[in-house]
Amino acid sequence: MTALRHFETPLLKTPFHPRTEALNKLWSWGNWGGYTTALSFDDLAMEHSAVRNSATVYDLCPMIKYRIEGPEATAYLDRLTLRNVAKLSVGGVQYTAWTNDAGHMLDDGTLFRLASDRYRLCCQERHLNWLTDSAHGFDVTITEETEDIAALSLQGPTSGEVLRLAGFDIDALKPFRMAEFPLGNGRLMISRTGFTGDLGYELWTTPDQALALWDLLFDAGKLHGIRPIGSDALNMARLEAGLIITGIDFTPADTCVREDRLRSPIEMGLGWMIDWKKGHFTGKAALVAQRDKGRKWSFVGLEIGGNIAAEGAILYHNQKLEVGVITGAIWSPVLKKNIALAQVLTKYADGANIWAEIYALRELHYEKLMMQARVVDRPFFVHDRRRATPPGRF
Amino acid sequence: MPSFDTIIIGAGPNGLAVAHRLASKGAAVLVLEAAATAGGGAGLAHLSYNLDPRVEKAMGLAAHGLEWASADLATTALSPDGNHLRLEGPVGERLFGDVSDADRAAWSTLRARLLRFAAVLSPLNQMAPPRIAKGVGNPMLKLAMIGIKARMMGAKDFRELGRIILTNAHDLLDDELSDPRLKGALAFDATLGGWLGPRSPNSVLPWLVRLSGQVAGKQGALGLPKGGMAALGAAMVKATAAKGVTIRCNAAVERILVEGERVAGVILAGGEEIRAARVVSAIAPKTTLLSLVGARHLDAGLVTRARHQKARGGAAKLHLTLRAAPDFRGANLKDRLLIAGSEHDVERSFNPVKYGRVPERPGMEIMIPTAHELKPDGKYHLSAIAQFAPHAPADRVAARAEMLAACLAQLEANAPGIGALVEDAEILMPYDIEARYGLPGGQWHAGELSVEQMLFLRPLPGIAQYKGPVPGLWLASAGCHPGGGVSGSAGWNAALAMEAAG
Repeated sequence: MTALRHFETPLLKTPFHPRTEALNKLWSWGNWGGYTTALSFDDLAMEHSAVRNSATVYDLCPMIKYRIEGPEATAYLDRLTLRNVAKLSVGGVQYTAWTNDAGHMLDDGTLFRLASDRYRLCCQERHLNWLTDSAHGFDVTITEETEDIAALSLQGPTSGEVLRLAGFDIDALKPFRMAEFPLGNGRLMISRTGFTGDLGYELWTTPDQALALWDLLFDAGKLHGIRPIGSDALNMARLEAGLIITGIDFTPADTCVREDRLRSPIEMGLGWMIDWKKGHFTGKAALVAQRDKGRKWSFVGLEIGGNIAAEGAILYHNQKLEVGVITGAIWSPVLKKNIALAQVLTKYADGANIWAEIYALRELHYEKLMMQARVVDRPFFVHDRRRATPPGRF
Repeated sequence: MPSFDTIIIGAGPNGLAVAHRLASKGAAVLVLEAAATAGGGAGLAHLSYNLDPRVEKAMGLAAHGLEWASADLATTALSPDGNHLRLEGPVGERLFGDVSDADRAAWSTLRARLLRFAAVLSPLNQMAPPRIAKGVGNPMLKLAMIGIKARMMGAKDFRELGRIILTNAHDLLDDELSDPRLKGALAFDATLGGWLGPRSPNSVLPWLVRLSGQVAGKQGALGLPKGGMAALGAAMVKATAAKGVTIRCNAAVERILVEGERVAGVILAGGEEIRAARVVSAIAPKTTLLSLVGARHLDAGLVTRARHQKARGGAAKLHLTLRAAPDFRGANLKDRLLIAGSEHDVERSFNPVKYGRVPERPGMEIMIPTAHELKPDGKYHLSAIAQFAPHAPADRVAARAEMLAACLAQLEANAPGIGALVEDAEILMPYDIEARYGLPGGQWHAGELSVEQMLFLRPLPGIAQYKGPVPGLWLASAGCHPGGGVSGSAGWNAALAMEAAG
């Protein structure tokens, strides 16, 4: 009998672990979906700075991935997700989301069309049950392939140049498109996607090519400021880009216990992605009703006075009435502003007279600050280099 | 081809009831029936216990040929030693046989109480189930009246209703009675048509639903139409046709046509397309949603719930042609004859079925319509419901043969020599009933009538008010509230819901 000893090491290691382990000077690790993930390697400020000024590598392996294939894969995904999948051409990537029958968010993610009848869906949470249940009545196969793929996110202004130097011709690759290249005796798929709002790519290969890919990138990027980043720096970048994370900015419906915490895509600011004309999809009737009746909650970007990050702050109207909560906040080193993402009651989301209650810990004493917040457009940070094709030679 | 605004799938009692009502209000209605004759489940049943008085009256069934051979059948609980127990009047109002005075008194009290409880709950049968969301237009007055009437039974009865409503039939009977034949007969009736034994949780509530039925105005009575249950179906067909409804038999619907996210008509098995803005399915909701509408037009969660809806048939149907009258040790052949044994025997006949096996001694409800209306050829037709039978045994052919042998053995034990009289025998296992009548799992109620699948949970949460999940689609089968039998209640309620929706 095999001794069951898995409980002694509850966190798994990704295929890049030998490299991330060697580089993690702070020995700062966190749990992302059951994997040992670097939170920070050496200096958070420098890691974040690299996202906006050079090139960064982030280990994406714990991202949940499903392969969806079969003659009815497109019809299946059109019924599962909010956007029109039939409009996604082969080689394209869609940022999308899906809900339950009641139109409450289950997750968001990226959908890669690998072939006419084959897709990859990447997301934060595990959904095999939901995806399999949704497959009833469709000629489609769902395979969880999280461990079959080793993925890195290469982000930053010099990321395109790093790839060129590594031998990959990505000049023609537009945002939300992907291309395939040989790598060692395997394959590498490069998609122009990311979670930073900057120029960047995501690199997908098999675990056996993982370390070779890492070494190739770091060799190529030596003179272009390449460095690994952890989840903390990525979180700063994604907040500047105004991007949401399931389980942080909203509670996914399948694990949500409290009825009033459920959020629809309309309430999460994702109403733009709903294709009302594509035909039926799960949650449509509920979402149509909400579209017509109006949403209770809104998801907004805020600029807040002062320089203390308003993480978790409660929002007040007129400093009195509780009207929402901040789900993510930083003082942005790039924007030199205090920014936040927040759920706010729609009634008060016009931005006038919203206040954030911030507790600033100053040498063991909390100072309560009531700072005015202003609703602003997302993303907070935008730069032309993100969309420039071919990417700039920085 | 004339055009119709409403297509009804299934010409069973509910399909005909809804067709009649809609046509009376001016709709142009087409009823499509897969079988060669209309009537549906009315051809499967062998007695009537819950024909909806609204349906009976509005359809004018008496004027269309419905007559009762008996509107108040007596029941004989057979005993292999000839010591039968006879129950006369609705639900054994009068007991004849060797029963102790204590049991007679206890039964009289229990019977009256059960009928009271059933009567208090019965208005629920004649309305759409309430919704549990806020501000959804529930008929609060009607619901309040049911609550008030329940409370007006007095504190003692109200408390007792609360105590027993979710309990099991065995414990309820065992609390009050001691005679095993009486308990056996009642336990058999309580579990008839369900997939539960007398000891299964919640076996009392479906019994109360059954006891809320009526024949010719008598609550709890059992009726046999002249010409059998098929004649009841025929009267409904006539009444419906008289309203100008077109009924097409041999017209199996293969698919409900959905265009632009609303119902547009149906496609028949042969490929013929018939268009209508409203389609009412009076066949099982599970079949309707999963096979006729199809998953892609429905939310994924709803499809999962439909797949998981419990539909297990536990009853087989036996038809015998006998050369001459059988002799059940002197029992009146006009009675409904029960082979139930004790309450434990009923439970024991359920046990193997849980594991897909055939019971050694199935219980049987026997009707001999020939005893009421003699045939010129002198032959006797015996119809029996045999419980319990497995709905998905490993070997269907073997299980069918085994079940037939077990039934014949049960009959032989109670009517010695009957085996020699058999000219022809047919047994329909639950899977045969599924194949012939399209009832998933061969379940008589088109979805089990159990507490977790009743009221606003029937057929499924979210679609319990007859309105289907696709605009233009309505559900009106026994799989909807209040369930099966040859009642037409679900169909009638569905028609009312359509009228209310405008």
